[in-house]
Amino acid sequence: MKIHSCTVVMPAANIDTDQIIPARFLTTTTRSGLGRQLFADWRYAPDGTPRADFVLNRPEAQGCQILVAGRNFGCGSSREHAPWALRDFGIRAVVSTEIADIFRVNSLKNGLLPIVIDEPTSHWLLEHPGAEVSIDLEATTLTLPSGAAVRFPIEPFARYCLLNGIDELGFLLTRVPQIEAYEQRTARS
Amino acid sequence: MAKTLLEKVWEAHEVVPETPETPAVLYVDLHLIHEVTSPQAFTELARRGLSVRRRDRTLATMDHSTPTRTEQVFGGAPIAVEAAAQQVRELDANCTAFGIELLGLPSRERGIVHVIGPELGLTQPGKTIVCGDSHTSTHGAFGALAFGIGTTEVGHVLATQCLLQRRPRSLAINVAGALAAGVTAKDLVLAIVGQIGVAGGTGCVIEYRGGTIRALDMDERMTVCNMSIEAGARAGMIAPDETTYAYLRERPRAARGRDWERALERWHALPTDAGARFDREIDVDATRVEPMITYGTNPGMVMPISGSVPERTADPAFARALAYMGIEAGAPLRERPVNVVFVGSCTNGRLSDLRAAAHVLRGRKVAQGVRMLVVPGSQQVKAAAESEGLDRIFIEAGADWRESGCSMCIGMNGDTVARGEYSVSTSNRNFEGRQGAGARTLLASPLTAAACAVRGRITDPRELL
Repeated sequence: MKIHSCTVVMPAANIDTDQIIPARFLTTTTRSGLGRQLFADWRYAPDGTPRADFVLNRPEAQGCQILVAGRNFGCGSSREHAPWALRDFGIRAVVSTEIADIFRVNSLKNGLLPIVIDEPTSHWLLEHPGAEVSIDLEATTLTLPSGAAVRFPIEPFARYCLLNGIDELGFLLTRVPQIEAYEQRTARS
Repeated sequence: MAKTLLEKVWEAHEVVPETPETPAVLYVDLHLIHEVTSPQAFTELARRGLSVRRRDRTLATMDHSTPTRTEQVFGGAPIAVEAAAQQVRELDANCTAFGIELLGLPSRERGIVHVIGPELGLTQPGKTIVCGDSHTSTHGAFGALAFGIGTTEVGHVLATQCLLQRRPRSLAINVAGALAAGVTAKDLVLAIVGQIGVAGGTGCVIEYRGGTIRALDMDERMTVCNMSIEAGARAGMIAPDETTYAYLRERPRAARGRDWERALERWHALPTDAGARFDREIDVDATRVEPMITYGTNPGMVMPISGSVPERTADPAFARALAYMGIEAGAPLRERPVNVVFVGSCTNGRLSDLRAAAHVLRGRKVAQGVRMLVVPGSQQVKAAAESEGLDRIFIEAGADWRESGCSMCIGMNGDTVARGEYSVSTSNRNFEGRQGAGARTLLASPLTAAACAVRGRITDPRELL
């Protein structure tokens, strides 16, 4: 799994999932179509017109698949609608020095790569919006335009599943014999 | 070997231990479900032809999208938001199709999912509890390992009663000293989030320890654990003790007789052993905590109510937050006018929270121009509050007394704060737009919220006690 793309940069720290997808859009009962409401309150004026100064509305951001954000991206609510909305919009990787726990797990389950990088790399990326960056999940590297490659940590099983198209629920279902044994072992009156 | 509470609960639920290549298969004792984060999980189950593995360990309720106006809950009036009504219907249909017990709109046991689990006695020490909701951390107050999950994981638990999980790190927060008069558990946890920051607990499960915590009642412990996620920790835990057992004894779904005795025996073994090691430890001096209030757009942007907003000129996010809030750096918050006061939520919607707000409101009026909403955390909390006359106090003061639900904490059910309005709220998140697009939220305790309602301005509750 390789992504080569320009970046969009949102330098603010602590961008929470209520910003990524405001609660009033959570009344949906499907996973699709949330891209239109991604960052709705930052992207649109109260009357619904796009705000020209918001980063995702700028012409140069169109088609960029890598979102570089300030630290602690995705904090707050556990809504999986956040990675659904990002993916639906076309974002395939989120890059930050720190990514909130539940959002990170939800992202991995939706093919959205949560990439945690060191402070200097983050600083450079935040300072260079639109930079052409490559992310290689197999090699676990993020390559800057200079050719310098930075390693990123990623949960090995999630990486394996993403690379091999393995479905985690399918994997869990192969553990049913162990689950049955556990239930028998711990059965209490 | 000496073990922590977290290690004991974790190890007792490992179906398959983790390896470097694969996460643990972790067994879930109790799966709570609500209407917002479950529909897509049921769709996936249906698509794969799977059934719910343990219906007896699964309980559904509706709280986020549900209205709080009595005529909409019981009177047949339509739910104002059609999409919300659709979501409510879909949960109903899914629970019927998959055979899951639902405490639905008409149920006397319905309420916010994190209020009813404990209330029914389902939340118990040593259990693993999950829900598609980040405030599942609330249940950790009983010595359970309880955390929020996403919708894909809701599907995993429905189908297998298990999750793939890596063992989290442990963070001990040792709290010593007595809380002063007018200072509540909410103020304590806001102070903790302020001290360690909104990412201070990332990757960790917090265990709250020390004399201050032991002295808290269960409602207060739930308030503390509830906001663990606001410090980035998926779960917060408090070791069970006599306070825990006294709360649970005789609850409708707690064990009885010999089963209760056996459960007690197991629970007694849960607290962290002397000499057990945490990955990190932090000390908090409770005697220094004052009534707290947030001034910014995350729960870590918090200050003593008597103080002034800090000045951090070099931080653009800080400036942006203050601009959103319409608040100036360096200025006090006291005496600023308030438009809305909300008492409720899984953080502060339990009976003792309502009593605290009523204590301030008794014989007083909500200030002119202020809209106050009091929303009990569950229908049982509502009934209990009414049986002791709290509803009369709220209504006579001029507040709105509602049916239970998440209400204005999340603003997706018809209860919202208008653009630009200031809301003093006992809920857990002051994120931009959390209570409605453009709404400005200041988080505080029920005592502080009620005091602000009476004065119509940001008020230190100690002035009215």
